[in-house]
Amino acid sequence: MIKKDQWNGFRGRKWTEEVDVRDFIQNNYTPYDGDESFLEGATEATEKLWGELQKLQKAERAKGGVLDMDTEIVSSLTSHEPGYICEEFKDLEKIVGLQTDKPLKRAFMPFGGIKMAEQSCATYGYTPDPRLHEIFTKYHKTHNQAVFDAYTPEMKKARHAHVVTGLPDTYGRGRIVGDYRRIALYGIDYLIEAKKKDLDNCGCGVMTDDVIRLREELAMQIQSLHDMKVMAESYGFDISQPASCAKEAVQWLYFGYLAAVKTQNGAAMSVGRISTFLDIYIQRDLDNGIITEKEAQELIDHMVMKFRMVKFARIPSYNELFSGDPVWATLEVAGIGMDGRSMVTKNCFRFLHTLENMGPSPEPNLTVLYSSNLPKNFKKYAAHISIKTSSIQYENDDVMRPVWGDDYSICCCVSATQTGKELQFFGARANLAKCLLYAINGGVDEKEKVQVGPAYAPVTSEYLDYDEVMAKYDVMMDWLAGLYVNILNLIHYMHDKYYYEAAELALIDTHAKRTFATGIAGFSHVVDSLSAIKYAKVKAVRDDSGLAVDYEIEGDFPRYGNDDDRADDIAVWLLKTFMNKIAKHHTYRNSEPTTSILTITSNIVYGKATGALPDGREAYAPLSPGANPCYGAEKNGLLASLNSVAKLPYEYALDGISNTQTIHPDALGHDHEERKEKLVGVLDGYFDQGAHHLNVNIFGVDKLKDAMEHPEKPEYANFTIRVSGYAVKFIDLTREQQLDVIARQSHEAL
Amino acid sequence: MKKGIIHSTESFGAVDGPGIRYVIFMQGCRMRCQYCHNPDTWNMTSANAYEADADEVIEKAIRYSSYWKENGGITVSGGEPLIQIDFLIELFEKCNERGINTCLDTSGNPFTYDEPFFSKFKKLMELTDIVLLDIKHIDCNEHIKLTAQSNENILDMARYLSDINKPVWIRHVLVPGINDSDEYLKRLYDFISTLNNVERVDVLPYHTYGVGKWETLGMPYQLTGVNPPSKELVEHVKRMLRAE
Repeated sequence: MIKKDQWNGFRGRKWTEEVDVRDFIQNNYTPYDGDESFLEGATEATEKLWGELQKLQKAERAKGGVLDMDTEIVSSLTSHEPGYICEEFKDLEKIVGLQTDKPLKRAFMPFGGIKMAEQSCATYGYTPDPRLHEIFTKYHKTHNQAVFDAYTPEMKKARHAHVVTGLPDTYGRGRIVGDYRRIALYGIDYLIEAKKKDLDNCGCGVMTDDVIRLREELAMQIQSLHDMKVMAESYGFDISQPASCAKEAVQWLYFGYLAAVKTQNGAAMSVGRISTFLDIYIQRDLDNGIITEKEAQELIDHMVMKFRMVKFARIPSYNELFSGDPVWATLEVAGIGMDGRSMVTKNCFRFLHTLENMGPSPEPNLTVLYSSNLPKNFKKYAAHISIKTSSIQYENDDVMRPVWGDDYSICCCVSATQTGKELQFFGARANLAKCLLYAINGGVDEKEKVQVGPAYAPVTSEYLDYDEVMAKYDVMMDWLAGLYVNILNLIHYMHDKYYYEAAELALIDTHAKRTFATGIAGFSHVVDSLSAIKYAKVKAVRDDSGLAVDYEIEGDFPRYGNDDDRADDIAVWLLKTFMNKIAKHHTYRNSEPTTSILTITSNIVYGKATGALPDGREAYAPLSPGANPCYGAEKNGLLASLNSVAKLPYEYALDGISNTQTIHPDALGHDHEERKEKLVGVLDGYFDQGAHHLNVNIFGVDKLKDAMEHPEKPEYANFTIRVSGYAVKFIDLTREQQLDVIARQSHEAL
Repeated sequence: MKKGIIHSTESFGAVDGPGIRYVIFMQGCRMRCQYCHNPDTWNMTSANAYEADADEVIEKAIRYSSYWKENGGITVSGGEPLIQIDFLIELFEKCNERGINTCLDTSGNPFTYDEPFFSKFKKLMELTDIVLLDIKHIDCNEHIKLTAQSNENILDMARYLSDINKPVWIRHVLVPGINDSDEYLKRLYDFISTLNNVERVDVLPYHTYGVGKWETLGMPYQLTGVNPPSKELVEHVKRMLRAE
């Protein structure tokens, strides 16, 4: 057994001998089932710093969304001098470290694609150093260039027509969560030694592709660990050894995350499951009288403030896809251990409490790993925070724990990944609504009017026949699944080669599990369209060339979102069928294929590329987001809608099933106490049925409309709403997106 | 089995009794409340009304039982559910057999000590866990003006429920200019104080969501120009009625 002074007071043996953070947590955490009365408010330092940051955010908004950009330095672990929120108050920052040398200044990150890096500068009036252009076009290939070198014409066409969409081929793929806790627990030197051992044991000397690649990757990981030390030194910290107190633990851990966001610009750059881990350090310091509760809260507040500052340079089309400048700094609280003990600690309260101390915020993407067996006091506090801030989401620990254990993180908006044991190949989504139109039109794109899919026989009858459409849809989905998986295989091969996540992967086991995360867009529209064809009469309206471009529905049909098995059975069929088709194919590095039903705010952009559908949705209107029922389809109230979504089997969508619901406060109860109790009842009932995820918004449409018309009102500066899988500041959305949010179903008072 | 005539159902009733409730809105009501937000329930039928027996209703309702936990269940509302009391008895009997919590949301208007109603009502109360009783106005004349019906039998019912110790939540829709004067509120408070079964008093602020329905039905809205009460007034009335 290895002993280190920094580990005094900690129990357990296994985690000391090899990297095993879960074992450390299970041996040392203190479950808490009390209420929130122990919590402390913001300190003076927090208020000052948060005040400064809000000024910066205001200036950023006034400048059109970007405060400052780097145009000369390529971002790396050691590229920038230390930065602080404000020079004057830098001694007040208990946790330090910025992506660049100045707050909210966006780094130049060309490895995903030089074009996007340059365009994002140009969009906001900045001109990158021309030498950078030369370097990344003449001397160093980018991920984007490599992918386009290898794409087939069919792939380019499918991508252009948006039947496959949101692909990570112009920027970082993201979704890889380093186990940042390892730095706090072990210190960098221990981690370097472990990786060196792995390198020594990598291969028997026969140089196969796999061995060569892994040896090179390990070397890059080790270099990254060394660079992290240099980065930390520039802020005056030596992270070669384990953290010896809570403040160091928070700081060490944060440096790990900072390393990730300095080197990668993935859509999702998640923090992971850090709450209960950090509580162990805080509890030890509290027990030893080293810190007070006020100081403990301050550490968490200051760390969260840093997560609220993470930014990347993006282009306008990216912002349309993922509105509100999100980074998915997803961070989990609560959950239940494999041994049945609640993993709620005081720190889970502290993280949620940041939304009271510093107001609502979209980031970090605070996620409650929910179970009806969580302590009642905690459930009520989470409900309280939802009602007050609409800033948090819930995911069902009871369905995820059997698959991922009790130390998983959420690596994007809603997708689980085993912390430090696993990495995910993110794969955006296949537009299954468009695929249905291809089935009807024989592979001809209804918008582009060109052949994109295979030229199978189209449906030619005036009225659509269910059996015929299903048969044609089945083979068209076969085509799409195959093409989609192979596009992703190509993208991830190139990403590993040209934009490898050395810093994050240095904090993940060398022999990690890999998942291959596909996704579905247009889900509920396909369900309703097939239901309409089956239970009503759907007439195709064709243009001069014989292409079906619109549909007329005669009669009623059951719609997904009403707890009606006739429609919901189609939903379950669709998910299982698509997943099975994906799973037939070889996936890169023998990763395990999964799928998701989540679209974030990209439902608007995907909708713009998708023609009229047989469910009555007009051409180019937004698709409904995630697994949400179609707009206006829900006729039997909130729970009927939730029951429909809860029927989707999580085992077939291990990458997540996102559902967003908005409830008017008056429909939730007469007063705050009652609303808390009722919201807990909704969550218990929904998740006990095996549902996966719920975004909870508590406000009325009246508030949204007012915020849209009067964004200048101070109460809307931080008005945060949950959209599919993350949160945004409402006033940061475009008007089109705001109108879309307003159009979505809200469960109002009767 | 008796069929009930149902206006609609709501899977998520969070303000219609304890816990989370499946709410069944019944057709039919003799009251003509000027602020009624469901005038399409007055007649025994409406555009989307349908008939269902107790088994059919329960089969749909229990799909939501995972949300009910220890105190949620079924609420019958309306319309005025007591108009279909025979159906209610069958429904609540079956709820009792299956351990489903039952709640009656009523205006009390059909209540009478006359037979055969009274025996049926006694029977229903044996099957009912909690009653939400609306008292629209404490003054009989004003009550007639507001609802076209007397409140005497309604207050009788309140007293009867007190006598049999049936848990009751009193609900009072607050309409500015009509029942918000301190005098009426004091009288209402005094009346409620004589009852020994009242678990809670809810003040429901008048709202105008129902106006559209009146227009759809081609009926002139009765309270045009009356605005929802201010937050301050609602708080004031709550204090008066709960003597907080």
